[in-house]
Amino acid sequence: MSMEKSAVSEEDVSSDPSAPKPAARRGLALQNRSTFAGVLVLILVLFWVLGLLKGASAGDLLSMTIWGVMLGGIIALGAIGLTLVYGVLKFPNFAHGAFLTIGAYSAFAIMQMLPQGPALKPFSFGWEMIAAIILALPIVAVVALILDRVLFYPLRKRGASLVLFAMASLAGTFFLRSVIYLIWGSDFHFFYPGRPNPALHLPLGIRVQADQIFVFVLAIVLVGLVYLLLERSRMGKAMRATANNPDLAQVRGINTERVIAWTWVIGGALAAAGGVMYGLASQLRPEMGFFLLLPIFAAAIMGGVGSPIGALVGAIIIGIAQQLSASFLNPAYGPAVAFALMILVLVVQPQGLFGQSGK
Amino acid sequence: MDHAQLARASFIVIPLILLALLIIPGRRAVRLPLAIIAGVVVAFGLGAMMATGNFTYMISFSTMAMIYAILSLGLNSQWGLSGHVNFGVAGFFAVGAFTSALVTTTMPTGALAAYSQQAFGLGQPFLVGVLAAGIVSAIVGYLVSIPVLRLRTDFLAIATLGIAEIIRLIFQNERWLANGPQPLRGIPQPLGCLFDDPACSWLPAPVAAFLQPLGPRDYIFFYFLLVAIILAVIYVALERISRSPWGRVQRAVRDEENSAAMSGKPVTFFRIQSFVVGSFIMGVGGAIYAHYVVSIDYSHFNPLFATFIVWVMLMLGGSGNNKGAILGPFVVWAVWTGTQSVVDLMAPVLSLISPDLPSRSAYFRWMLVAILLAAIVLYRPEGIIRERKRVSDFMKRTGKD
Repeated sequence: MSMEKSAVSEEDVSSDPSAPKPAARRGLALQNRSTFAGVLVLILVLFWVLGLLKGASAGDLLSMTIWGVMLGGIIALGAIGLTLVYGVLKFPNFAHGAFLTIGAYSAFAIMQMLPQGPALKPFSFGWEMIAAIILALPIVAVVALILDRVLFYPLRKRGASLVLFAMASLAGTFFLRSVIYLIWGSDFHFFYPGRPNPALHLPLGIRVQADQIFVFVLAIVLVGLVYLLLERSRMGKAMRATANNPDLAQVRGINTERVIAWTWVIGGALAAAGGVMYGLASQLRPEMGFFLLLPIFAAAIMGGVGSPIGALVGAIIIGIAQQLSASFLNPAYGPAVAFALMILVLVVQPQGLFGQSGK
Repeated sequence: MDHAQLARASFIVIPLILLALLIIPGRRAVRLPLAIIAGVVVAFGLGAMMATGNFTYMISFSTMAMIYAILSLGLNSQWGLSGHVNFGVAGFFAVGAFTSALVTTTMPTGALAAYSQQAFGLGQPFLVGVLAAGIVSAIVGYLVSIPVLRLRTDFLAIATLGIAEIIRLIFQNERWLANGPQPLRGIPQPLGCLFDDPACSWLPAPVAAFLQPLGPRDYIFFYFLLVAIILAVIYVALERISRSPWGRVQRAVRDEENSAAMSGKPVTFFRIQSFVVGSFIMGVGGAIYAHYVVSIDYSHFNPLFATFIVWVMLMLGGSGNNKGAILGPFVVWAVWTGTQSVVDLMAPVLSLISPDLPSRSAYFRWMLVAILLAAIVLYRPEGIIRERKRVSDFMKRTGKD
């Protein structure tokens, strides 16, 4: 943490426009994307060294790195939805964390209604879990659509300022959270209370749960689908056009309201999957979405607002950094690590790794 | 009215005079005597009419609302005056509260030291604690503003939300700093000896005799007076600076950043200044809260109670208007405390729906506040009292205001 803090301040000085010439040149070099990616990798290497100095074995650190990639998969599911909404509607949606929570809890409710089958070895969950995920996706998509209709549509019609959108999303997140508290209470819940979930022993001393691999593969598959949708389908094209220039898109006959609705549907569904995955990897609690909100924002900004691939890459970097930092820092500071990386990105390279340059 | 009630009522005379000065329009020569008369009449009238329990409840309610008013004024000097979206009020609130607690308490000794840890305890007086709280909070605000204020509004909102969360995590996990997850207890109450028996030794005999019938339970009346005076000082100071050339530059930076820059104003520097001023006030608010509740822990500074509700208060009262920033907290705090009884009344109905529901009824109030904020944003974003467009006190007012 201390090392990272110093990295932040160093970058801050070097990007200061009023700084003397050599520093300014260094700042310019940092704004080069590949250099910046190198800096991020360097930070992860630094985390490894810190972990080794604190007495963690290389095998442990390797396992942590792999868990970080898995966590990155979960963060990516949230971050992609966030980055799409951010890109198309141009405001930070603070209610996005609540979508993850709603997704996890609605899957939990569905699973309680379904009969519990045997576990699908080597995973710890059964078919009812798969069914619950598939049903939770449309539920959260509908919640996101309703939120948009009630809160953001009127603001859009009025051409309200960005701040009002952000305030409205804050109201949305607290509303959704109070709903969760009212229905399920503040206690922790587990999809499968007390079911053992042994780690697989892989070569190189890596220990990974089968569930974690499932989480990551599902995340990659969903991200791939979103990428195909954006790049290959008409709706994806319309979405990119709307994000680029909403007025021009409208002039060219794109129904921007429909595009926005689809953005919410995709974002909500992905967030639902992310929430269920996070609930499977740890536990369900009403604050889980809020806890993930900072890493999600950090990933979206690091990848560049509006870029799904960037969000995936950013999420994996953030995930690894969070897990690795646990080797030399109190794990409770995970969000702080994500946050410090986000500030670094904002100061040095606000358009992110994959974003368009300029505003 | 018995002697004790008379003594209680005497404490609220000055706050009521200040309130009357705030409300009554007109020239100063007319306002002051009117306000004094109104304050005295209302104070003793309330004392005569209300039962002791209700009277105490009303005063403790107002004290909490005024603490929120201080936070709301601090936020107003950031958001209302210069358009900073600070979603991290909780962070500055917490820094102020813990700073003042650490400055005014003494290090735990003996058996207590095993239960309670803190980084230091200076044992300084209340006002030193409040000032230290403001200064430390302002320093934190300055450090935050350097990297963040050059960024776009949306990034500032995300960054401040994150900073508040991290500050809370630090106070939650660092046991050595301020007793970590356990509450930090025994924060001294300023001049608490006024209500002890025997009272402070330096107190003149007639005053001591006057306060004689009051016990420690009536301390809230004195604290009410103290908070009212601090609130009035902050209000007057903010009104002065927001009408000064400095305040005009701030509004110019808010509304027309490019024009302000073209007029040769160092825009970033001005933005940092107003952010620091707001952080200072929020820190003071935190200190006053700490000395009011006596025992604080990290959970007091969650985003709902410390950030979100302050935004609702300011938006409802009217952002950009300091009177609105004081009115809003009273309205929202009344709604918040008032709905408790409504929810309690609903308990039998709720238990019919689900046996768990009555124990979770507190979350209905969260929901209500969320709906309130959404309604303000959708239907009246400028709040109850609009911002008054005023160029200078020396120019005649034009138009409607």
